[in-house]
Amino acid sequence: MKRILNKFAVSNPVAAEEIRGRGSFNPLPFDLRAIMIINRSQKKKSWRRWKEELIRLFFLFHGLLAIFILMGIFVFLIISSVPAFKEISLKEFLTSKTWDPTSPEKPQYGLVSMIFSTFMVTFGALLIAIPIGLGVAAYLSDVAHWRVREIVKPIVEILAGIPSVAVGFLGIVLFGPIIAKIFNTSSGLNAANGSFLLAIMALPTIISISEDSLNSIPHSYVEASLALGASRWQTLIRVKIPAALSGITASIMLGLGRAIGETMTVLMATGNARNFPHGFLDSIRTLTANIAIELGEVPYHTTHYYALFAIGLVLFIISFVVNLIADILLSKYQQREL
Amino acid sequence: MNPARRKTRLTPAKKKALVQALGFLILRACLYFVFAVLLLFIYDIIRKGSGVLSWEFLTQPPRRGMTEGGIFPAIVGTFAVTMITALTSIPLGIFAAIYLNEYAGQDRLTRLIRLAIRNLAGVPSIVYGLFGVVLFVNVLNFGTSILSAGLTLGLLTLPWTITASEEALKNVPGSFREGALALGATKWQAIRTNVLPYALPGMLTGAVLGLARAAGETAPIMFTGVAFYLPYLPRSLKDQFMALSYHLYIMATQHHAILQVRPLAYGTALVLLILVLGMNLVAIIIRYRLRRRRQIHGW
Repeated sequence: MKRILNKFAVSNPVAAEEIRGRGSFNPLPFDLRAIMIINRSQKKKSWRRWKEELIRLFFLFHGLLAIFILMGIFVFLIISSVPAFKEISLKEFLTSKTWDPTSPEKPQYGLVSMIFSTFMVTFGALLIAIPIGLGVAAYLSDVAHWRVREIVKPIVEILAGIPSVAVGFLGIVLFGPIIAKIFNTSSGLNAANGSFLLAIMALPTIISISEDSLNSIPHSYVEASLALGASRWQTLIRVKIPAALSGITASIMLGLGRAIGETMTVLMATGNARNFPHGFLDSIRTLTANIAIELGEVPYHTTHYYALFAIGLVLFIISFVVNLIADILLSKYQQREL
Repeated sequence: MNPARRKTRLTPAKKKALVQALGFLILRACLYFVFAVLLLFIYDIIRKGSGVLSWEFLTQPPRRGMTEGGIFPAIVGTFAVTMITALTSIPLGIFAAIYLNEYAGQDRLTRLIRLAIRNLAGVPSIVYGLFGVVLFVNVLNFGTSILSAGLTLGLLTLPWTITASEEALKNVPGSFREGALALGATKWQAIRTNVLPYALPGMLTGAVLGLARAAGETAPIMFTGVAFYLPYLPRSLKDQFMALSYHLYIMATQHHAILQVRPLAYGTALVLLILVLGMNLVAIIIRYRLRRRRQIHGW
């Protein structure tokens, strides 16, 4: 066997090295390994082997599709937004507060009000969603009986399944009047309404990922804390939550991404005024809502049309960065798990 | 010590127990809050929507500038576009999942693909709409049509289908593959005969969840094919269509007599909710059954 191997090594040193198995753990006995690998490296490509290779390539192509689509979205957005900057200066786009593209004298394309509105309504949403989402996640992982958990998790999923247009509709007919009554404003369609609805839409994401990360911290942490005489509550607050912090932060980032990108809910429930907002009772217009409102009316291939794609590009970049941060945080806690 | 004072003073142990009870009470309150909101949502729509719901509402087109009549074209449109979405995203999703779970190694390329999938899941739906306008409506010249809207929604749901399909593949034990390979099957034969049949129900469950999401989406179809009002049903894939979600948006915000058509909007919302939550519920129940069966049979 050794002699065959030495002869074989002349023609294919890499495979021979693999058979000798240096530096790597290999559970198969030496002879079996040699036969397998020498057979594999023989150049006799039968039809069957070709077919297998073709099938592999077919699946590889579909695996790569995700990358192609992501790149495609990015490239198409760039191509469609570049013509806008022939007439708009980048400085105006990113620093002016006035968005008035249909003005007959001087169209103005400033994003600041809308970016600020987007972040304001998202911030309000997180202010509501983080404590409640974390509370529910902690309840499910620490307090609830497993039967309760079996029932609650699908219910949370159902909450995630409610279409955003239905949530927005309820913002108009149900929460709008309530908010108008409480704060004594003429209309309930404002940032507070949007924040509340977005909080509800971000909750399922925050709950499920936070709960996962609370459940996946090593059991020894909890046992050590309980053995030292801490109560379950103290263990939860001082041990489990700090230990699961990266996962919890990731869940918040993903919830944030969902809230920033949400269109129909804010379009319907926040009133869509173009002014710079001064408080949560002001009516606002977010980046997403602006695209939804104006893309339907604008003629193709005008500066205004391209500017809307530029807004899309801004949204894409924001969501990309937010997701990337969530991803890094999640991979951090998955590594520790191993 | 004075017995009255002993009653009021808390020992540290008691205080700890009290804090814990209070803390858990707050956590429980959070859960009840979520339940209350969900119930309020569903209750309000059912209460005000069920009055409009009738056979006529489901089978008639809208009449008199959408102030009367039903939502039949919108139901048909939503079904048609969801079909295209299913035909796009289910096969592509399953193929990609097979690559990731069966063929891909632990290398940089695989990590990159997974990163792309997670990022696609986070791209705002309106951005998919913009992409659909450029690629399907303009570049591929499908126009504003069922086809463009369905393909856009297909791309939108793709990350979910891939993740769900991969989950289903992961649940098939490795011994199933090894058994086939040991009998001399090639890799593809092993996958086709010993992996896919067992993973398929799980994959389809995940796909249904993705489709439910697609059926409720509005922003991506707004500019790729949905119509404000059509007196006739779509005849081909190149036609525009009405959709439940967009119809609800129109009835709630764009109609010239909003308060007059409010009951119709509630009815539309109820039908949309029944459709989407029904699909969700079916998928969740099937998944629960599958999980049970796996536990009983030991894989």
